[in-house]
Amino acid sequence: MLKTRVIPTLLWKQFGLVKGVGFDSWRRVGPVLPAIKVYNQREVDELILVDITAVINNSDPDYESINDFGRDCFIPLTFGGGIRHIDQVQVLLRAGVDKVSLNTSLYEKPDLVTQIAKRHGTQCVVASLDVRSEGSGWKCFSRSGTLDTGKDVIAWAKEVEDRGAGEILLTSIERDGTFQGYDLKLVEAVVSAVSIPVIASGGAGNYQHMVEAVRDAGASAVAAASIFHFTELTPAGAKQALAEAKILVRKAYKPA
Amino acid sequence: MNIGIIDYGVGNIGSIERALEELAVTGKLLTDPSQIMGVEKIVLPGVGSYTECMMRLHAGGWVDALQESVTEKRIPLLGVCVGMQLLSDFGAEGAADEKGTPGLGFVPGTVLRMPASEQKLRLPHVGWNEVYHRSSGDTLFSGIPNGSDFYFVHSYAFIAENQDHVAAVSFYGTEFVAAVHNRNVWGTQFHPEKSSRAGFAVLKNFASI
Repeated sequence: MLKTRVIPTLLWKQFGLVKGVGFDSWRRVGPVLPAIKVYNQREVDELILVDITAVINNSDPDYESINDFGRDCFIPLTFGGGIRHIDQVQVLLRAGVDKVSLNTSLYEKPDLVTQIAKRHGTQCVVASLDVRSEGSGWKCFSRSGTLDTGKDVIAWAKEVEDRGAGEILLTSIERDGTFQGYDLKLVEAVVSAVSIPVIASGGAGNYQHMVEAVRDAGASAVAAASIFHFTELTPAGAKQALAEAKILVRKAYKPA
Repeated sequence: MNIGIIDYGVGNIGSIERALEELAVTGKLLTDPSQIMGVEKIVLPGVGSYTECMMRLHAGGWVDALQESVTEKRIPLLGVCVGMQLLSDFGAEGAADEKGTPGLGFVPGTVLRMPASEQKLRLPHVGWNEVYHRSSGDTLFSGIPNGSDFYFVHSYAFIAENQDHVAAVSFYGTEFVAAVHNRNVWGTQFHPEKSSRAGFAVLKNFASI
């Protein structure tokens, strides 16, 4: 049966990887390429790389660097940041990217997700939703969490699914970098609203948080950054903890 | 060894090229059907909808070139993901009518949407899943233990007309075809180029045929 994925998220800002709290207070983590090499060698299930400056600077993805990153990545690589045209997707797929993640473009160019799905398949488009709680619900934010779009996350998640997104990367801005655990109510609400896989993101502080996101809130995968950057916890440890909680995870490959 | 990768404007072609490079196999992107005769093996990638991929193969003149090299000259072919689905007779995804869009017809069968949604399973089926090979998968899965995990991402699955052509299966609510084999034609529903060491082993086996 299908295994639950543990996905390190790499936030790329200019010359290196960073990690913040609540999409702010960025700390430098280190260079990108060695991180991708290490994760590839350790056989993590998948990687998400997000350029957090492209959308602010209105620049194209840095294809040359992405091409170098893709060269050492033999696990699925999702890239997000600054994608606003279908032609950019083709260049990214040639550079070794397997899926693209759209965030700001979902609101500013809502046809793009449909265009990508039609040409490259729904499995190629991840809808990245950054949300903050508001009243009894949650609202979506674009432009690296800086712009309130006014969209309710439940209605919006259904809409991006209808438009052709193959997965939802759901990030709680308030939990981001706090180590307090995923917003389980948020994850559960979105999981029950759509029938595509939902990746929980934002707030993981220990392995138990990941178990809860999958077992209790129904996430298909868990993404995390801070705990892998700043603590001794590892994707392999996370998978072991999930396995102990009777959640199926991918085994390391052993040739016959 | 010189493996041609058919480049018809869709798919994660860069990933396949790099995986072959890693195995010290020359993967050459083929952008014109006339180049197909210069290669010893062919990889047919594919992502997106079956109908869209077939339209592009027709528009680029690839269908006749593939028929000639694969059916007549018996050049080994490996279809990956939708590239495997295109080996079938008909595909339902994006088709104009109920019969489906005609495929390449190298492995008898049809490609239909997976029944997972009826069982409350999510689609696409995305992630790592165990693959169990059968005797017709002996060559492609040589040295690879049954139950090894491979990376999948798809919503449609291959229904083979002849069970002898099923090289491997996997399970998502129900059993589905993970790999096919008919004479000099192979296909994997999973992405060997993104399945780390297990995937390299499959590509290496194909390169060694």
